[in-house]
Parts: sequence; structure tokens; C-alpha cells
Amino acid sequence: MSPSISAPALQVKAVSASPRGAAGIKQVPEVTKLIDVSVCIGCKACEVACQEWNDLGVDKIRTLPPGTYQTLPDLEYNFWQLIKFNETERDGRLLWTLTKYQCMHCEDPGCLRACPAPGAIVQYSNGIVDFVQENCIGCQFCVTGCPFDVPKISPSTGKVYKCTLCSDRVGAGLEPACAKACPTNAISFGTREKMLAQATSRAEQLKADGNAAATVYNPEGVGGTHVVYVLPHGDEPDLYGLPKNPRVTFVRLWKGPMKWLGNLVFAGGIVGVLLHYLGYGPRDVEEPRQDVH
Amino acid sequence: MTNGWTDISNADVILAMGGNPAENHPVGFRFVMEAKRRRGAKLVAVDPRFQRTAAVADHFVQIRAGTDIAFLGGLINYALQNRRFQEDYVRLHTNAPFIVRDGFTFDEKTGLFSGWDPDKKQYDASTWQYELDGQGNAKVDPTLQHPRSVFQLMKKFYSRYTPQKVSEVCGCNAEAFTKAAEIITSTYTPTRVGTIMYALGWTHHSFSVQLIKTAAMLQLLLGNVGMPGGGVNALRGHANIQGGTDMGMAYHNVPGYMPIPKAAHQSLEDYFKVAVPKPLRPNSVNFWSNTPKLFISQLKAYYASAATKGNQFGYHLHPKLPENAATGKLENWSWAFIYDHAAQGQVEGLVDFGMNPVCNGPNSRKMVFALSQLKWLVVAENFETETSSFWKPEILALAGKKTEDVKTEVFLLPAANFAEKSGSFTNSSRWAQWKYKALDAPGQAKPDQEIVGRIFTKVRELYRNEGGVFPDPVLALDWSYANPLSPAEDEVAREINGKDLTTGQQLPSFSALKDDGTTSSGNWLYCGSYTADGNMMTRRSTEDPSGMQRFSNWAWSWPANRRIMYNRASTDAQGRPWDPSRTAIVWNGKAWVGDVPDYPGTSEPEKGAGAFIVLPEGVARLFTPGDTLKEGPFPEFYEPVESPVDNPMHPTGQSRNPVATIFKTTEWDKLGTAKDFPIVGTTYRLTEHFHYWTKNHEKSIEMQPEFFVEIPVELGQEMGIKDGEMVRVSSARGHIEGKAMLTKRIRPMTIAGKKVYQIGFPIHWGFIGRGKQGGSLANITTPPVLDPNSFCPEYKGFLVKLEKV
Amino acid sequence: MSVPTMTRRTFLKVGVAGAAVSVFGFDVKPAAAQARSLKIDRTTETRSVCPYCAVGCSVIIHTLGDKARNVTGSTVVHVEGDPDSPVNRGTLCSKGATLKDDIVNDRRITTLRYRAPGSDRWEEKSWEWAIDRIAHLIKQTRDAKFVAKDHKGRTINALTAMAVVGGCTDSNENNYLIQKAFRAGLSIIPVEQQARI
Repeated sequence: MSPSISAPALQVKAVSASPRGAAGIKQVPEVTKLIDVSVCIGCKACEVACQEWNDLGVDKIRTLPPGTYQTLPDLEYNFWQLIKFNETERDGRLLWTLTKYQCMHCEDPGCLRACPAPGAIVQYSNGIVDFVQENCIGCQFCVTGCPFDVPKISPSTGKVYKCTLCSDRVGAGLEPACAKACPTNAISFGTREKMLAQATSRAEQLKADGNAAATVYNPEGVGGTHVVYVLPHGDEPDLYGLPKNPRVTFVRLWKGPMKWLGNLVFAGGIVGVLLHYLGYGPRDVEEPRQDVH
Repeated sequence: MTNGWTDISNADVILAMGGNPAENHPVGFRFVMEAKRRRGAKLVAVDPRFQRTAAVADHFVQIRAGTDIAFLGGLINYALQNRRFQEDYVRLHTNAPFIVRDGFTFDEKTGLFSGWDPDKKQYDASTWQYELDGQGNAKVDPTLQHPRSVFQLMKKFYSRYTPQKVSEVCGCNAEAFTKAAEIITSTYTPTRVGTIMYALGWTHHSFSVQLIKTAAMLQLLLGNVGMPGGGVNALRGHANIQGGTDMGMAYHNVPGYMPIPKAAHQSLEDYFKVAVPKPLRPNSVNFWSNTPKLFISQLKAYYASAATKGNQFGYHLHPKLPENAATGKLENWSWAFIYDHAAQGQVEGLVDFGMNPVCNGPNSRKMVFALSQLKWLVVAENFETETSSFWKPEILALAGKKTEDVKTEVFLLPAANFAEKSGSFTNSSRWAQWKYKALDAPGQAKPDQEIVGRIFTKVRELYRNEGGVFPDPVLALDWSYANPLSPAEDEVAREINGKDLTTGQQLPSFSALKDDGTTSSGNWLYCGSYTADGNMMTRRSTEDPSGMQRFSNWAWSWPANRRIMYNRASTDAQGRPWDPSRTAIVWNGKAWVGDVPDYPGTSEPEKGAGAFIVLPEGVARLFTPGDTLKEGPFPEFYEPVESPVDNPMHPTGQSRNPVATIFKTTEWDKLGTAKDFPIVGTTYRLTEHFHYWTKNHEKSIEMQPEFFVEIPVELGQEMGIKDGEMVRVSSARGHIEGKAMLTKRIRPMTIAGKKVYQIGFPIHWGFIGRGKQGGSLANITTPPVLDPNSFCPEYKGFLVKLEKV
Repeated sequence: MSVPTMTRRTFLKVGVAGAAVSVFGFDVKPAAAQARSLKIDRTTETRSVCPYCAVGCSVIIHTLGDKARNVTGSTVVHVEGDPDSPVNRGTLCSKGATLKDDIVNDRRITTLRYRAPGSDRWEEKSWEWAIDRIAHLIKQTRDAKFVAKDHKGRTINALTAMAVVGGCTDSNENNYLIQKAFRAGLSIIPVEQQARI
């Protein structure tokens, strides 16, 4: 990997609850993770590579969810990459879609927009959206603000966690742990430009192979994502557990009366009831999340 | 593997059958995806279940467990009937033109070959031979038209395997079969190549060797053996199971695949008479004619100065395989037989290096019983296992015994693991790759070589001090390592390669071995792995000048660093590659260039020394002469020993393999019938776990926490079983319980007009480990049945019944 | 020939914690600190091969410390695929990615255990005691059950009343030693491994 993508990449671009934007002047390439669903074999190397690298372990062994090989029903605060297993039928053929799910690292991150705690969510110039737990107040606005339902709160620390796109590794010039481990190259990692080109050409190849609806999933409603997919059945993202048209819906709210509230929270105190209302009230995601069993 | 992992990326068609590479060899599977992406290769998956490989396959066919020979036989028939075979290749590189002796027959009604003795239940193979000329060479008909030519016999034999018959036997629809046949046989042209990837889904049957032979025949007909992107590729299941096999870890072999000397071989000369076959064609290389050089060099490595010309190089020091006094047959000490003999009180002691027979052997209750009959048991392990702790009440209950009644002395020796010692592992591609010790073993754990070293030197000390029975080999064995208590891997690797005893120089290759006692080599197959230039297994060049993913300077591959076996078959009679865009070796007028060729690099192609140098014919065998394979020269489909139906190939004749090995020793050596056990059961691995080790590992248990049974949705509905409910799976041997997982990935099927259900359940769980174990040990249900050639158990395709708990 | 271990990724010394400060109106140092320092920054790298299936993936084992004299309590910090290997090119499967669990695991046995005849429990024993006892048992079995001549009076010099199994995750060198010591030295015929099952 070229050095230019590494250390300077971690200059900050946007910060939650900050009155001004960041003032980075270095020109660093944006990074993107590409997930080619058509070659994913659901081996879960990405799941555990993430667990290992980030020294995570789930709290208790689940009892087997019925009917599936899926590790957990959903992402958890200490489980950041999840392959969703979905059995369905198309054209009289059994389709077992195996799709990796994780933080999408949106260009316009709903979590960051929603976050009232200064410095708790950071977007780096390379596109990575990272949570800074020291600054997190546990209000879970980010949970509500995320159109992909990714951030999860820890019951023990009261802070919210999610995939960091291995900002530590990327910052040191390495690829994210999941991308490195993936045996079939279902996950690629590189500059945004190259990944988008690769995604487009792969989607074309899939179309030529008879998947007429093959497409690149890089939703505009969130300004594009730094995790993009190639979907063979691109017209049915819900097959893969992905929302059809995710949008940042919290923005308007935040730009109004929410802002002072957030500052107040940061300043040190607010009633839990209000927080609860704010946290669970204004949720407005167009597509209901597809529950994959 | 004839080829190797990296080479799979050169394939146009990949048949994954008898294996689930995406599940069990995910990283090896990456080359399949590369072939798909780069070459537009097609992946065909054939399996009893729609599994992870099927999820990314271009075409999937579900078949009943254990019917693979019928499917492959159908493919052979399809290729022959539609002239989709590579005729020039077949004529040049196989025994298709060979004439078979008059009197060889197959009875389509009974399903038996000539020579069957119904009383002894065995074959007399005397008619299963070639017709020889006066010089002892096999007669051939290059036109392939002779009615007794292998080609014509084979064509007639497989003409019964029509798509309809395949459908009737396998339970797939005929169109799905034909579509698969169309894709797979498309590689019959010289410029298209297909590969086959198989694993334990083919070896775990009572007809496994014949099954794999059917696959080899198909690949030969399609001209795919020896080709880059081709071959028949066994995906082996353990890190160094290949190396262990190479090193003679089998009762019937010594290192380097030479047969173990038998009771009848009283002298070295007797042994060589049998171990050195007569060539069957002029100019055949007949590699095993080198056996004296290879074997004597091995005896020199073992016994050093105690091996002299005068004493037949210490031949009498080496044990001979005994004959059974009652039957006159050679004794069978293959893996499952060790426990069968133990159950009968014939084994006093067992030394076990990291193996868990209670879990991984068939018919677990018998395994536990067998261990309880031992006087002593030594287990060197990383983790406590069901084997080391078989005497604990919950496990011993399987054999109906009480702990206080079991007199076995058990030693559980803490052992170092892979990271805590150096040495080489040989992967499926035959690449011996060196690894380095990363850290010390924890606590008092010791590396296995130290355990071997300490035990051996202590026993030798006892013999030296006290005397004993035939102490000669114990005292004569060369154990002059710098540290005899823990020989260093590097020192042993040099010994395995071997040296010139006159100069002390490491040998460059096995061609330098001599039969006069002036060279030593622990295993000729690894001669070349550690030469005067150093340890070749540590090489790390990532260069690929071939552009064919051979990586000839990464690690070292046996034999002789050859990356594609039978590569001579990748060219025509003149040494020109069948496919110039995909070359393994090429004759440049003076020498073969490219990969390391099968035979001497300057042997002209016109000389006609065949590619298959280890066979006395020099060419590959579509017809296997003699009693090499116990069921017959051509593979016929037989039902699994426990089957829900009579064999549709010959409903009134022989249903199961007539010569299958079936144990009848203990009360658990029982077979069930479809009346009591109507469902076909099969076992398998999951990608999240490795065998019975990772049940100790947090993250693996996190991914797949507990045992489950995969049940077709239709069967679940019929029986009123819901997802997640506890069910009991029983066979004639015993029962296990686990959660039901209802799935569309296993469909009910119609076999010979009868509705048949299959269920499947993974191995990986037992009694000891994290998460929920509870004795859900798959092998409690598996049958006491083995393949009669390889003695592999029938873990796939046996009869069970299902109940709600 | 190759180098067994490569210590210290000097190229990773680049600090990641020096990012901007006060332009936001508050201190973003915590944000930068959150970009944790690389946990394998100063570990020792050892080249090894995965012990699971037979694909033969090369792995790099990262251990704590640089193997200096006083580092006696080293442990594995991380295991990752070796990008040089043409086989895996740095990738691993979900088992390979958990190799740390195979090495550092509180279920590893670290003491020698012995179960006496009829006993329902393990006892801890020393290596000296165990090796001595095992050697005596092997010799007793061999002396009692050795077959010098068969029923036809032919010399076979074989022992089948004792068997050796295993080794599928042992090195070639150790498999050879097993073969040599137990078959060629102690005359044992049943020396078998996992291949048939």
C-alpha cells in the first residue's frame, strides 16, 4: 500500500457536535471497502478476524438461532462484522445469500450528524467514521441516526461501539483485518476511486453472466458509502439485508433545536427521560430493516 | 493432489463433488473463485446438501449420499456416447487400447464380475488381466476397436448408466444431470481443461477407492490429467496428513510408499521380487524398479553401521507383516482394525500423538470399549480429550462400563503445539513448507520429538541394562542425534533427505541413491528437500516465471519439486502441448522444459516412455488389472451398506459392495435396515470448526455453539418438528440429541420410485469443551463398515431414524 | 535461505497520534488517540504454517517482546496470514483467523496427568516418573508379546500388541522419528494416522 494512504489519512474531516468543520489541508486519498457478494462463501473469516484484531469477544455464547448458520441475530457492541445468511428462492433455484454486514462508513454519516457529544464521532479525511468512546455520552442518538442500524451500546460501559474500518491499521498503512483475511476476495480494500471502478466492472461482468440486475450498492441518500457492495440481484437489496434507499433523516432535526441540547449534554447533565424521548422519538428510516432469520 | 491449490486457477471447469471446499478449504477455494473471475470458469457442485460451495456454484445437483459412482458413471457414459472424450489423449496416455484376457466378464443381472466365489465371498482375479505377448508385454489395439480392448469393454460397461438411471439412483432429475454433464464434458477438447476437487465426501464410503477411480477415469477420458488446471485433486483434511502418509504412517507401508515386508519375504531378495513389478510395455520407466536403491538407503538411515552388505543391510531387524495363522491371510492393522483387535483383547498398549479415536473413529461406543480393554494408554495432547478421559463415567457409559472396573493406566502428556516447534508440514499440493518455532510451550508441555526421544532412549537404556526379547533393533537403531532426548527438526530433515556416506555430502535427488549401502535416505520421496545447498523447504521466492501459478521456488514439492504430476500427459506424442496457452512441460528438441518432468529430462517423446511412471504399463489405468482393487477392474455402483433401497442397477442381484469390510466383533457392531431406520444420514464438517479441537476455542464456539441436525422442511412438517426443537437421531449403534435446523437446503428425493429423506449433522461436538457439549458425538451413530481397499469408514450415507425429544 | 523471524516493523513507527488540536474549539486529541497505536507495532514476527486443514496457509505469529534474554513470559499477541505465501497471500479462513485461541487458551494442559487403574481422577506426575513408567510398560508389552517366528516358522520379528497412532499435525520430521523409533526400533507394525478416517 502506498504510504500516502496511511498516516496522513487520519487527519480529521468532521467531528460530531462541533461548531466548525475540520480544517485539514492535506490531500489524502479516500479509502473504500468493496464487498462482492457474488463470491462470498460465508466462511466468517471476516467476523473473527475483526474479533481477533480488535480483541473482542461476545459476552455469552448464544443458544443457536433456529434455522441458520448465522453467528448472531444482529451486530452487537462487541461484534462488528456479521454475515447474514438468507435462504430464499429465485427462478425456481435455491438462493443462499451470504452477505457481510457492518458499518457502512457513510460519506454523510447519520450517526455523526445526530451525535450531540463533541468529539464522540469523528470522520477522517480518508472516509473512515470512527467512534471515540472517551467522548461518548451514551445517548444513543447515533443509534437512531444510523439508517443501517449499526451502532450498538454496551450495557457495561454505557458507550456505543461499531466497526472502525480498522482505523489503526489503515493509519499504519495496512488494510482492515476483515479485508485481509477474506479468502475469496469477496472483500477488497483500496482507494475509493479504484474500488468504485472495480465494483463497476465486476457488476458489468455479472450482468454479462446473466445477472441482469447486478449493480453497485453505494447509496446516494447517505452521500455514498465507504463500504460498497456488488449485488447480483441489485434490484432487491433487501435480499441481502440492506435497506433499499437509506437516508440521513436526523440532519434537519439536529441543525435546529437539537444542537443546544447536545451541548448541554456535553456540558454535564440532562434528564434521562428527555434523552430517552430524543433517542427514540424522531426515527424516520424509509425502509424497514430486513430481518434475516 | 495431482496438481495443487494454486493451479486450480488455470481450470475452465471445476467439479466440486465429494467435498465442500468452500466450507472446509476456504482459502484453497479462492483459486476456484479466481478461475471464475479471470477465466470465466464454471463451477459445478454435486452434493447431498446445498452447502457453501453450492451457494456460489454455477450449477448445483443434489444427490443421495453415497450414489456418486452412479453419477460419475453417468458422466463417463455421456462422454463416450456423445464422443465428448479426447481420443488422441486416451489412445496415448491410457490403457484404453490394451487387450483384456478372454474370460473377463461382468454379469449385469447379478452385478458381479467373473471370478466371484459366493462361499468365500471374494473374487478370484485371474481373469482380470491383460492379454500378453511373448515378451510379457500387454497386447494393444491403437484403433480402440478390438471387442476386448479396454475401451470397448468400458463403453459397454457404462452404457447402463443413462441419465434416467442416474436420476433413479441418485434422486436428481435427469435434466439437472445432463446439464452438469454438458458443462463437465465440455473439457474434452484439448484447449479446455477441467479439475475435480474432492475430499472426505468420497473417501468415507464402503466403495471409496472405486469411487475415486471413477473420477480419475472421467478425467482421463476428458484429457484432463497432467494438464495445468486439471487433475484429480484430493483436498486433505489435516495440516500434515499428507506428510504423515508420505512418512509411512500406515501399517502396510514404509516411508516413501514402499510396501512393508511381509512374513513371506524372508530375505531382501524375496521382498524385491514382489516390490519390483515387471514392466508391461516396452520402454516403460517402471519407477519401482528402483526399489532396492530406495529401500536399502532407508535401512542405512535406520540402522547405519549395523546395516551391512553381509547382513542384507539389517533387513532382519525390520519387522514383517504377520499372517493370521487361522486364515492364512495377512493381518490387517489399519486404523479401525487396531481398535477392533483391542476390543478383542489383542492390544495391550497404545501411544497416541494428538489423536482422538473416541470422537473421530466410527461407532464411538465400540471405540470407548476398545480403549477400556487396554492395559495402558499414552496420549500426548494440547487439550484434554474424550480419548484421554474415556474412563470418566459420562464417556465410559457409552460402553456400559464402570470407572472402577477399567484397569487401564492412562498418561496424558502435555504437548507443544504447532507454534511451539519447528519443522515441515506437507500440504495437499505436496508442498513441504517449513515453519519456525514462535514461542516456548506452556508450563511443562514438551514437543513431540522430545516425547519420542525420551521414551525411546529410556526403553533402549532398559534393554541395554536388563536385556530382553530381541533387543537387536532397539540397540542397533541409529539415534546418534546431537540431542538424543529431543532431536532437532533440522537434523532429522537432513537425515530424511539423505547423504552420500562416502563423502558425507547431502544428496541432490533420489536419482543419486544406490543399492550398495553407500547412500542413506530416510525417505527417498523427500530426497532433494535438504540438499548441500540447504533446506529447500524454507524457500520463499514469490516469483512465478511460468506465469502458470507454479511458484517452483516457494518451499519444495515432492517428487523432485514437480508441481504437476503426470505432466508428460499434457503433451502429445511429439511432446507438443495439447494447449499451447497452458503448458506444463514442452519438448524443445533436446530436453523437456517447464515443470520438472515425470521422467528423465532428455528422454525423447518418441521413445514412448509413458507419463505414468509408477505403473508398469507406463500409461494410466482405465481398467485396473489383477487384484489391486478388490471389487473389480471397473467401478460399479453399489449401495451403501445401510441403504433405504435395493440397488436399482441390479435390483435382483448384488446390492451393496460384495467385498465391503464389515465388523462383527462387539455388541455395537450392528447394521440397521430401512424398516427400522428409514432415513439416510450423513455427517460433515462446518467451516467454523476444526475437527474436535476448536470446541475448546472461544471464538469458534461463538460462531457455531452447539450440535444441530439439518432436516428437510418437508420432513419437519411431516413429523411436527419445529426449528430449534430437540430431536433424537438413532442408528442401530446408538443415538444422539440436538436442536433441529429445518432447511430447504436438503430436499426430499425419489429413489427408484420411493420417497427418501436425508438428514445431516456435523461432527465437532462431544463431551469436553466450551459451550454445550452434552455427548452430542456424531460418530455414535456411524456404522462398523469400511472400504475393503483403503479401510476408510462409511461416515456418509447410513441409516437413521429421527424422533422428537 | 530465509530468515526465521523479522522483528520490529520499523516502517510502522509512524505515529498516528499527532493529529490536529484546537481548530475545533475543543481538543481533538482524544479523537486521534482513539486511532489506537498498532498492537503489532513492536512484536516479533515468526513465520509458521496453519495446523488445521491441508491448504497450508502461511501465518505470521506475533509474539510479545523481541526475544531478548529477559523475555521469558512471551505470549502471542496476534496471528495473521503471511502475504508472501502463494497459497494464501495473507488470507485466512475463520479457523485460521482464530489461531491465537489455539495457542493461548486456558484449557491447554500444562502439567502431566496420570490416571491409575480403576481410579476416577487425574493425579499430577513428573516427566521423569512418567517416562520411566511408560518405558517399563512398553518393554513389558514388547517382551511378553513379541513374535519372533510365525506359525510357519518364518522370522517376522514383529510386535502387534502395541500400536502408535496420530501425527497428522506433527511435522514430517516427527512423523519420521515416530516411524523410526517405534517401527524400525521397537518392531511395531500398527503405526497409523488420520489418513483413513
